[in-house]
Amino acid sequence: MSVTVYVPRDAGALSLGAEAVARAIASEARRRHVDVRVVRNGSRGLYWLEPLVEVETSIGRVAYGPVQPEDVPALFDADFLHGGKHVLGHGPTADIDYLKRQQRLTFERVGVVDPRSLEDYRAHGGYRGLAAALHMSGEEIVQTVLDSGLRGRGGAAFPAGIKWKTCLEAPSQRKYVVCNADEGDSGTFADRMIMEGDPFVLIEGMTIAGLAVGATQGYIYLRVEYPHAQRALEEAIAIAEAAGLLGDDVGGSGKAFHLEVRMGGGAYICGEETSLLESLEGKRGQVRFKPPLPAIEGLFGKPTVINNVVTLASVPIILDRGAGYYRDYGSGKSRGTLPIQLAGNVKRPGLVEHAFGLSLRELAEGYGGGTASGRPIRAVQVGGPLGAYIPASQLDTPIDYEAFIAMGGMIGHGGVVVFDDTVDMAAQARYAMEFCAIESCGKCTPCRIGSTRGVEVIDRIVAGDARERNEVLLRDLCQTMIAGSLCALGGMAPFPVLSALDHFPEDFTGAADKANA
Amino acid sequence: MKRAIDIAVLPAIPEHIRVAVLEVTGRLKDMPGALLPILHGVQDALGYVPEEAVPLIAREMNLSRADVHGVITFYHHFRQRPAGRRVIHLCRAESCQAMGAVTLEQHVKRRLDIDFHQTTADGAYTLEPVYCLGNCACSPAMMMDGELKGRMTPERFDAWLEAEAP
Ligand SMILES: Cc1cc2nc3c(=O)[nH]c(=O)nc-3n(C[C@H](O)[C@H](O)[C@H](O)COP(=O)(O)O)c2cc1C
Ligand code: SF4
Ligand code: FES
Repeated sequence: MSVTVYVPRDAGALSLGAEAVARAIASEARRRHVDVRVVRNGSRGLYWLEPLVEVETSIGRVAYGPVQPEDVPALFDADFLHGGKHVLGHGPTADIDYLKRQQRLTFERVGVVDPRSLEDYRAHGGYRGLAAALHMSGEEIVQTVLDSGLRGRGGAAFPAGIKWKTCLEAPSQRKYVVCNADEGDSGTFADRMIMEGDPFVLIEGMTIAGLAVGATQGYIYLRVEYPHAQRALEEAIAIAEAAGLLGDDVGGSGKAFHLEVRMGGGAYICGEETSLLESLEGKRGQVRFKPPLPAIEGLFGKPTVINNVVTLASVPIILDRGAGYYRDYGSGKSRGTLPIQLAGNVKRPGLVEHAFGLSLRELAEGYGGGTASGRPIRAVQVGGPLGAYIPASQLDTPIDYEAFIAMGGMIGHGGVVVFDDTVDMAAQARYAMEFCAIESCGKCTPCRIGSTRGVEVIDRIVAGDARERNEVLLRDLCQTMIAGSLCALGGMAPFPVLSALDHFPEDFTGAADKANA
Repeated sequence: MKRAIDIAVLPAIPEHIRVAVLEVTGRLKDMPGALLPILHGVQDALGYVPEEAVPLIAREMNLSRADVHGVITFYHHFRQRPAGRRVIHLCRAESCQAMGAVTLEQHVKRRLDIDFHQTTADGAYTLEPVYCLGNCACSPAMMMDGELKGRMTPERFDAWLEAEAP
């Protein structure tokens, strides 16, 4: 009888040699005349163990990792095909602590199923949300999403249901659903993992959104840095079309929904929803003034729902199991689960999906196991390049929207980047300004010019040139950017800068000061 | 024969560029918001978006040349000159920085003897910065012609370079 072995095709696993491992397993099996079926799954998100090979056994799936091609003969010798003991073995995958302690809703199938198999998707509860939605009116679907408390996971945390309601109520013959798959923040990879590991859940979520607001065309705006996700999505779309789950007659309902992937051009600002729409229209990705809201006047001037990948991928389970099921995870106004992405200098980087409320310390020290370098944690940046740097002394902050706002930070897309004590916070502050200068869409002066000025001023401070006067200047510049920018790129780039100045002033003492000390 | 007449008012365009651009525009120009897909198509076919292609794209799309030029220059992905035989995208973003990207960057630049946006003298490699490849859990990361590499070190980079060498 054939044994099923899982080897991820996730881009992260591939970047560590998963392709060669899959080939080695297949050829070693041939050599030994054993019948092995290799399934290319997504990643479980336990990246320090990637490439993570799993074997289907009588006691469930058993994990081995990180596996390199040269380990493969020894794994066969150890009878890993029947869960045999090996130094790379971790026992049943489901019992691995990192995974067991999580609450996976949106990610329940990622790393589990074959992303190219519609049957697999269905066998694991897929398309039950759409089946439910097909029996509901647009208003009922929107109400369910409202009741679930789902807020946008792409950054602004705006309630998804309110956005959908606005779009549903906007009168128009033509409406659009746009998925923001630009995932530009450093430290984030949840969107990528879903698109590569469970693309049907995004397709299903977008289809439900289409039914809810009355849109017949969807676009996934995908960043050009994600070629693997592009292939995974295009294959899944073709499969869904062939099965009648996309197209003119979705699931035999008589309702149409078409879906297309569009590649971006490598510009961070195109993650901002209005510049994304400009880009989809074939223009420079410059930010639009709001109002009008995209829900009323969006793509090609038509009402448009625009949501992040994780937001849309969370919709099927809400429709399937009910608003209450989802809402009961989380706390306060932060409902449901948040897929947190743990990266940077940590021993065990990866994806942690958990109800809101986990503390940064539980995340970085518990899940993450502390720094990879073994040195003390000095700072954590949450929310990408526009997120504040949080000093180690504030690691007990719970991860929920309100707690972060109270602290002057933001959760953003849920990316957490850990730094050890070798980090130079003045260099990080300079980088934040430089990034803003490189990625500015150029529409407003505080952001376009201010960021370049910011780099210059930080350079002067670090060089010990009139440090105090220049620090006043820098803070003033930051206030101007915060107050005078049209969007959050210019309006929030000062946050990492100011947090670095406030919490790590010692790093800004210039070379001249140091010489005099 | 509208096309033949229009071509006469366009500046001379090298034949292979003209053929490639018309193939792409012929296929894609009727899709809504076609300009980005077209630029991707041209760059995929030719390796870059040549200056000579701009007037033709503009005409096929019924846009001004300035519009097309403005779009090409806005996006980091589109290049106006041919790249080396292999393009290396090195991640400069925070997670990779936390894992030694700055040292790696210095090493790669020294090793190839070029800065960002440059191509080695033998035309083998072009080096580009990138701000996150979504491989932050395996930082530092780089991409070689669409092939992602994680947990990159100066040593692993050198080993890769040696294995690549003709
Ligand atoms: C500068 C900037 C960059 C952004 N980048 C992204 C991004 O990469 N992905 C994303 O989903 N949202 C991004 N956003 C947020 C979007 O503008 C928007 O809030 C989001 O797509 C809405 O979807 P959601 O409500 O499902 O989160 C960005 C916002 C700004 C201001
Ligand atoms: S803040 Fe910067 S990116 Fe945002 S609209 Fe203004 S110039 Fe463009
Ligand atoms: S920060 Fe380098 S891959 Fe994300």
